[in-house]
Amino acid sequence: MTDLNIPNKPSGTNASVKKALLLGSGALKIGEAGEFDYSGSQALKALREEGVETILINPNIATVQTSEGSADKIYFLPVTPYFVEKVIAKERPDSILLAFGGQTALNCGVQLFLNGILEKYNVKVLGTPVQAIMDTEDRELFVKKLDEIGMKTIKSTAVENLPDTLKAAEELGYPVIVRAAYALGGLGSGFCNNPEELKILAEKALSYSPQILVEKSLKGWKEIEYEVVRDRFDNCITVCNMENFDPLGIHTGESIVVAPSQTLSNSEYHKLRELAIRIVRHIGIVGECNVQYAFDPESEDYRVIEVNARLSRSSALASKATGYPLAFVAAKLGLGYGLFDLKNSVTKSTSAFFEPALDYIVVKIPRWDLGKFTGVSREIGSSMKSVGEIMAIGRSFEEAIQKGLRMIGQGMHGFVENKELKIEDIDKALREPTDKRIFVISKAFRKGYTIDQIHDLTKIDKWFLQKLYYIITTAEELEKFSPKNIDFEKSENPKFDELLRLAKKQGFSDFQICRALWKDRMDDVENMKILRSYRKKLGIVPCVKQIDTLAAEYPAQTNYLYLTYNGIENDVDYKGDHRSVIVLGSGAYRIGSSVEFDWCSVNALLTVRKEGYRSVMINYNPETVSTDYDMCDRLYFDELTFERVMDIIELENPHGVILSVGGQIPNNLALRLDNEKVNILGTSAKSIDNAEDRHKFSSMLDSLGIDQPRWKELTSLNDIHQFVEEVGYPVLVRPSYVLSGAAMNVCSNDEELKNFLQLAADVSKKYPVVVSRFIENAKEIEFDAVANKGEVLMYAISEHVEFAGVHSGDATIQFPPQRLYVETARQIKRVSRQIAKALNISGPFNIQFLAKDNNVRVIECNLRASRSFPFVSKVLKINLIELATKVMLGIPVEKPNKSAFDLDYVGIKASQFSFSRLQKADPVLGVDMSSTGEVGCIGDDFHEAMLTAMLSVGYSIPKKNVLFSTGPARSKADLLESARLLHEKGYNLFATGGSQKFLVENGVPATKVYWPNENESPNAIEMIHNRQIDLVVNIPKNLTPGELDNGYRIRRSSIDFNVPLITNSRLASAFIHAFCHIDADDIEIKSWNEYN
Amino acid sequence: MHKYKPVRLILENGMIFHGKSFGAEKAMSGEVVFNTSMVGYNESLTDPSYEGQILTLTYPLIGNYGVPANSQTNGISDFFESDRIHVKGLIVSDYSQEYSHWNAKRSLGQWLKDENIPGVCDIDTRLLTKVLREKGAMLGKIVFGNDNEVDLYDPESENQVAKASCREVIEYKHGNKKVVLVDCGVKLNIVRKLIKQNVHLIQVPWDYDFNQIDYDGLFISNGPGNPDHCEITVENLRKALQKDKPIFGICMGNQLLSKAAGANTYKLKYGHRGANQPVRKVGTDTCFVTSQNHGYAVDEKLLGSDWEPYFVNMNDGTNEGIRHKSKPFFSVQFHPEAAGGPTDTEFFFKEFVQML
Repeated sequence: MTDLNIPNKPSGTNASVKKALLLGSGALKIGEAGEFDYSGSQALKALREEGVETILINPNIATVQTSEGSADKIYFLPVTPYFVEKVIAKERPDSILLAFGGQTALNCGVQLFLNGILEKYNVKVLGTPVQAIMDTEDRELFVKKLDEIGMKTIKSTAVENLPDTLKAAEELGYPVIVRAAYALGGLGSGFCNNPEELKILAEKALSYSPQILVEKSLKGWKEIEYEVVRDRFDNCITVCNMENFDPLGIHTGESIVVAPSQTLSNSEYHKLRELAIRIVRHIGIVGECNVQYAFDPESEDYRVIEVNARLSRSSALASKATGYPLAFVAAKLGLGYGLFDLKNSVTKSTSAFFEPALDYIVVKIPRWDLGKFTGVSREIGSSMKSVGEIMAIGRSFEEAIQKGLRMIGQGMHGFVENKELKIEDIDKALREPTDKRIFVISKAFRKGYTIDQIHDLTKIDKWFLQKLYYIITTAEELEKFSPKNIDFEKSENPKFDELLRLAKKQGFSDFQICRALWKDRMDDVENMKILRSYRKKLGIVPCVKQIDTLAAEYPAQTNYLYLTYNGIENDVDYKGDHRSVIVLGSGAYRIGSSVEFDWCSVNALLTVRKEGYRSVMINYNPETVSTDYDMCDRLYFDELTFERVMDIIELENPHGVILSVGGQIPNNLALRLDNEKVNILGTSAKSIDNAEDRHKFSSMLDSLGIDQPRWKELTSLNDIHQFVEEVGYPVLVRPSYVLSGAAMNVCSNDEELKNFLQLAADVSKKYPVVVSRFIENAKEIEFDAVANKGEVLMYAISEHVEFAGVHSGDATIQFPPQRLYVETARQIKRVSRQIAKALNISGPFNIQFLAKDNNVRVIECNLRASRSFPFVSKVLKINLIELATKVMLGIPVEKPNKSAFDLDYVGIKASQFSFSRLQKADPVLGVDMSSTGEVGCIGDDFHEAMLTAMLSVGYSIPKKNVLFSTGPARSKADLLESARLLHEKGYNLFATGGSQKFLVENGVPATKVYWPNENESPNAIEMIHNRQIDLVVNIPKNLTPGELDNGYRIRRSSIDFNVPLITNSRLASAFIHAFCHIDADDIEIKSWNEYN
Repeated sequence: MHKYKPVRLILENGMIFHGKSFGAEKAMSGEVVFNTSMVGYNESLTDPSYEGQILTLTYPLIGNYGVPANSQTNGISDFFESDRIHVKGLIVSDYSQEYSHWNAKRSLGQWLKDENIPGVCDIDTRLLTKVLREKGAMLGKIVFGNDNEVDLYDPESENQVAKASCREVIEYKHGNKKVVLVDCGVKLNIVRKLIKQNVHLIQVPWDYDFNQIDYDGLFISNGPGNPDHCEITVENLRKALQKDKPIFGICMGNQLLSKAAGANTYKLKYGHRGANQPVRKVGTDTCFVTSQNHGYAVDEKLLGSDWEPYFVNMNDGTNEGIRHKSKPFFSVQFHPEAAGGPTDTEFFFKEFVQML
């Protein structure tokens, strides 16, 4: 053997890089989510390893990358050229990284380059050069570039106005697809079958992007992606390829995706691989890149769809799917390393220049939350709507997809044995896919559709359909058995046992099998216990396999694990020394649970490890940092179901399990794990139940003499009306989630109540409705804290800017509170201490309060970390999760000697909405959450923090025209001062009927504009369409139909034409005051550590 | 559900794997090896270098795209690497009876049955691979009835090259330059790639005295088993080295050329079989991902002073090619012809023909 390959020395890295600026992606939004926290964190790690000083700009305070020690300096500022230039001027970095913060960072970087800012400050772009980025982003340049090397691209025409668009479509022939250049996740894209459809879509797309593309549609072709890495020595590898289960026409972010490809032959796989490498070399990528193809299912014909010259959602998925840390490697390559200099980070002995060999299949499934929005279309297509995703790993497709369908967390148990889906027209539902498509396929099979029929309607490759059909036949076989004929006391029932083994290999959960056996007479818990113990008696248990990048050819040094029934031996040994602690993660990102719980999970893991235990993570979200195998001693990339968690607990024999840092999914397992005698660290399962169970919690509050809004669980319409008579309108109505999935709502009168309850379907004993008194104009206050054995150790009180009625996840939050009575704060502390004591809390918890006139009422209490933990921890500079984890581990902790009242600065947490992606959704805030992300910004005073936060979530300071349509009398009055201020500042006010009258009567000049349905000029809609308005303030009045329609059209147009919109009077007032008091220029460029 | 017959894989160390039969119901024995490619089973099964071996595929889902037709162009199969399956048996985890591909004509199981080769599925192939990694490649047998249905067969005991090589000279006249292809069990894609370069290809058996042909270039092919069985070929090569005509070798060709140049070969613990083997051109920053299939490697220590290592494996540092310092002689351990695997090093064929 020779040692010639051992890299003698790094091949001339860029030693001149001393200080590098990394751009983050800002708030999570549809199309740009947690994956960029993961890639940014990896890049920062790679830079720090090289001794490079790092500066990070990212206003997303809930991320792991914006944590202490992750970068040398962190700026919670908008990722826009304006602010980035200011940071550059202050910090004078020598280099910048643009590829790790999604499209936001890339677009910002391109602008900085074009404006000459990078040159002015002599900042070098590390990795892929900006010219190469532009070559991939601008469609015309892209096609030209690919033409140079004879690549086939989708024939498309770039146009900049409507007439040209229609002409281009005529030439190409319908159906056509429209894409916006420079857009995230296919924003403004879609299919059009005729000129009418095209006109509507093109108008909107042109409002986002100066240029749009019209292409011939290749519906039905396969969609294949390759992740390619190239170093500056021209060495290239493809780390992973992926195949979309859904054929072309459905955005890859909306598709079920498998890795590696399943239906490509060797020749096809390597043909596309070769083309990908040729493209990447020709464009001149240095780092990581994604190439997407359309691929003919009937020949080897192909088209290159696009190239992403940056880390992407797919690259995060590819990293998790293969174990190859793409972002980390890309950052190293940006510093000048060659791939041959780097080691495979799993084996730690072989080279990073290689292509992972998988010995499993991964399935990615998107998670939608379309039920949270009113009016939104449920069809999926060429524009992205999903808010999160999961990745399931198995050694058969059936196993992986069934796991994945459970992971999605929408009440499904797999491909079969789910609640019956109501579909009127199966053919149509197959032809025009919605977020339920996979379950429609299941239903179609059950109705007797053949594979060929389903293929004809969906164009999904028959291989996938065949595998799904296997699951159906197994379910049908199981259903033929009656539990009466199976003797679970015996140690075998040969016929059934064989089927049971097969079912488990196909990913059936115990629940699914029980439902197939017991059918409607099923008692979840008892039957599953019987099956589980029978199965264990037979030795039908899953085994643990490692993801090692080389299909077992070389030993792995990391413990990146999954469980499978398609194997007979574990890859890892179990010590049984009770020195490991399992942390349960938060699952798929969804509305209401996202990166903040990843931050909590990661911090719990780090603390567990620091305190001398082995840290074990269970989670399955490929977008997270907690599923980075470097973060813990053992990562189980697997389900968070009771069944799977118990499988792992039985193998690990841990010291204990932490389920209070991953949001509601792990919290919900408390009682069942406790029943199995699992050591739950921290607050007891009984206490968790006492807080979660509405009745128990309520009676506890009563016995403690703590006030709460009156509520009742009701089972008939009569009872509801009787209760409403007692407490009076408005009331908050929460229908049974199981039944309708409908949101809760506030109803102010009989008509609204009637309308809403109709939506919420039947009210019955089985599906009761909870009605509570809704207190108007009350402040909502969050109490985030850590307690030890019932004693509060540390707390953070924060206050919503909006009045109660806006979901706490959508509300703008100020910390420390700026306008809270001292007496209110005192009461909150007192009540919280009482609750902590009564529930004997040990660990993190959160209480939500309503406060009005110094009366404090408790809304709810969660005995787990809340969404605002990272925000308050980072503003306070005390890590509440670290503290809570120590408490849960039983390590003596001291009460931190710091209070929010000592802070000389203010933090504002603002929400990011993604309405622009959710066509037709009403962009209005309510008691159910609809935001997809958030930012947290710090300022020396409220105005500064407020303005920075609002700019960070995409608002801009209006130039001259503001449209008011301010709804009910109360909000009209609330906004009068703001209107006056705008007028004094020289803004032109436009207002609809009543609002205009009110303003003028109160001495604020305003121009009247007509309502959308009035058909007169100047009309609100027309002004928005013509971009004559810079800010729309629209406060919805109530749920009456006419009002809804006019208001809706104003709100929706604002979103569709990209005009900033505010729908809450308190927030509007805070924002207007902020930008009237200070300029963007007045915002101080201070890093996190400069706030002391 | 498909009813597959139970079948066992018994390793020489006594380990027994229980699986199901999806190929021919025929007991068979050979050396058990693993390949980590995720695609390319059709190519691997017909690769003559697998002569005498039972092949385990580490990728679990196999059979997905079926098996193409046995069509031919210029007398050469379009999709296979030889005229038959060379492995003694195939071991997989999750076999797809139903396949889906525009180009497929039959299922993998059907093909195995048609060629009388056993296929075993439902095996923990990851466990089997780890056993082979830790204990080294070993003999094994596939049995349906009693354990002694068939004796352990050691491919080492025979000259596998002789079995895989052509019996007589075959000519492909696609140009004027004469290239002699020494067939040690050549993969058809090598033939295709050479023909594509417009040469007059003369394929000769492994032990043919090719020095009597007035060739412009000499090519030594891949082939199965232990290179020590091919002393005749090495002897012939030594004579060829006296001349100045270009020589290019692949895989077995690299081992035989190395032997002719003074080096030795040795058996690797479990070989390199896969489509992701990284190699680096010695003394440069240039690397390639390559397709490989070999159980033996070249020990460079005794390489003549006129020779130098050309490529090196970046994972374990083993030799991946040699070249002469002044004459146009070179060989690589990997497979530039791919099929299956990455096509990154296909340029060698062009380079070789340009030297003629």
